[in-house]
Amino acid sequence: MLDFYRRLHRAISPSSGDGDEPRTDGGVVSDGAASGPGAESDRGAVERLKAAVDNRFGADFVESSIFWLPPFLLMGLFVYGAVIWNLLISLTDYEGFANAPDYSNLDFEMYTRALADSGFIDAAVNTLILLVAFTAGTLAVGLLLAILIDRGIRFENTFRTIYLLPMSLSFVVTAQFWLWIYNYNNGIANSVIGVVGLGPVSWLGNQDIVLYAVIFALMWQFSGYAMVVYLAGLRAIPDEHYEAAKVDGASTLKMYWRVIIPQLKGATISAAVVLMVFGMKAFDFLYSLVGGYRPPNGADILATKMVREAYSNSQWAYGAAIAIVLFGMALAVIGPYLVYEYRRNNL
Amino acid sequence: MSDDKLRTDGSGAMATTTKLRRNLERMTVEDIALYVVLVLAAGFYLVPIESGLVTSFKTGTAIIETAPFAPPGASGFTFEKWRTAIDALLRGMGNSLLYAVPATIISALVGSITAYGLTIPNWKPSYKALVLALIIAGIFIPYQAVLVPLTQFWSQWVQLGDLLSFVWALGIDDDYVGIVELVVTHVAYGVPICTLLFRTYYKTMSDEMMESARLDGASLRRVYRRIVLPLSGPMFAVVLIYQFTQIWNDLLFTLVIVSTESSAAAPVVLILAGLGTSMEGQDFALRMAGAFFAALPTLAVYILFGDEFAEGVAA
Repeated sequence: MLDFYRRLHRAISPSSGDGDEPRTDGGVVSDGAASGPGAESDRGAVERLKAAVDNRFGADFVESSIFWLPPFLLMGLFVYGAVIWNLLISLTDYEGFANAPDYSNLDFEMYTRALADSGFIDAAVNTLILLVAFTAGTLAVGLLLAILIDRGIRFENTFRTIYLLPMSLSFVVTAQFWLWIYNYNNGIANSVIGVVGLGPVSWLGNQDIVLYAVIFALMWQFSGYAMVVYLAGLRAIPDEHYEAAKVDGASTLKMYWRVIIPQLKGATISAAVVLMVFGMKAFDFLYSLVGGYRPPNGADILATKMVREAYSNSQWAYGAAIAIVLFGMALAVIGPYLVYEYRRNNL
Repeated sequence: MSDDKLRTDGSGAMATTTKLRRNLERMTVEDIALYVVLVLAAGFYLVPIESGLVTSFKTGTAIIETAPFAPPGASGFTFEKWRTAIDALLRGMGNSLLYAVPATIISALVGSITAYGLTIPNWKPSYKALVLALIIAGIFIPYQAVLVPLTQFWSQWVQLGDLLSFVWALGIDDDYVGIVELVVTHVAYGVPICTLLFRTYYKTMSDEMMESARLDGASLRRVYRRIVLPLSGPMFAVVLIYQFTQIWNDLLFTLVIVSTESSAAAPVVLILAGLGTSMEGQDFALRMAGAFFAALPTLAVYILFGDEFAEGVAA
């Protein structure tokens, strides 16, 4: 393979030798060279600057920047630029039909308003419950499925495909399915608990239950994802570890608990981070459940409250403030994760 | 497995049966319990989907009279809901394709180029890691934190609608500016995940190959075009599938950029979210039919390229 590319390269190198080489110094140089006697010193300055930059950042820094810098700037503008802008908007009193916020008068009024708003507190608590319960539950189900599938079964691919299937569906689509399942009169949920003599329960109408019903639906959609991540983690564990545990006479349960699961720490952390992010995006699901900005009573989370305040009530600045709180929550999860990955040289 | 399927002559079938029987004999109670659990789990994942599918073919009375997961009887069977759903959603499907396909292709290309610039060229690893960390953090941003500025950006700062006035002069509804905005938005927010996926792939590429090419005087552009890009095929499959599913399924951006389902440019998810709700209550059969119709492209992609999808989500 390598040889083939060497040969391929030799075949193409004559043109690269003198055709591409000058251009890699950046278009500036050739422009300078064309413009007469002063060009020589210009060229020297540019060269020296380039050399200095390359010294500091590494040999290919300038030449490679054309590849990553424009996308980085685009993404930086839309992500970091927007978050900072959002922070700024949250400090204004922007609301109603005005075209743009008035940036001259900044204060934390929107944040104090949030703390005094019981709807905000409820939504924040619900967000935390959703994140913790959804993440923990999904990880547990995913781990169990991964262990079962990893036991050298037949039709492994078929099972894996089925378990992961819900994840390929949109929240908008799965919300329709679960609306039908949680339907009071002839939904599956009520027929299932009817078998053991319970119910019927108004899954989406009861304030104390609805959040957990939503969490259950989200677990259904994403436990396949956790399974795939754990499966990759299990495959990375050498067979000897299983055998050693067997030789020591450990029971299967003990083997997994003491030997295998501790080695899945990395998989758990990365899956948990991604799941929490999915959890914060549960907006799509809740919106589609009711076909509007107001989720069922008792299931309001920060993500839905933010969009409702901004796009339904035109309380732009208040929405932006809620968004900043949500962003802070996300940062509390992602920040340590990225530092951890950076330390492990995993980036 | 595919080998077994290909063999159609008798001897092959016989061999398969003997093999199967031998396997069955070797099965222990534990194995059987394992398979029972696995099949039950499969049922758990499939029942909501199956129940939706059968419901979408039921008449109003069949919905009340039959169990939610039971197929409709001959008398309760109807295509009517599908017809209504397709009527309502078809234009949305077209609109969704109109932004999902370009946005997917562009973001995959951009991701590949970005990942290349941050992986193969030789510059200080600590600075590379810093840029990468900033990019990767973008994957995890809750999009709510950028929505209000995004609305401001598209409605006040960048008047794409005016810039593209020559397009509207051709008789295209100017709501379609939302489609262009969606493409740009999805590409911008797709850069992080696409870069990450390509980077994990490029990290495993042989350094020697690149270095010898570089020593021969090849520019970075040439190394990318002649060596890296032709080898990126498998990863492009993964990224294209992942991005397409994500973009097709996303509701939030379409909601704030296109905003109303009555808009000529309304994507399918936006119309579906409001389908089947009316004064008389909810028409579940219509909702299910709509849900399936809207999910067809992603389902097709998943069934055809399940392995690539799994690889994409696992990275």
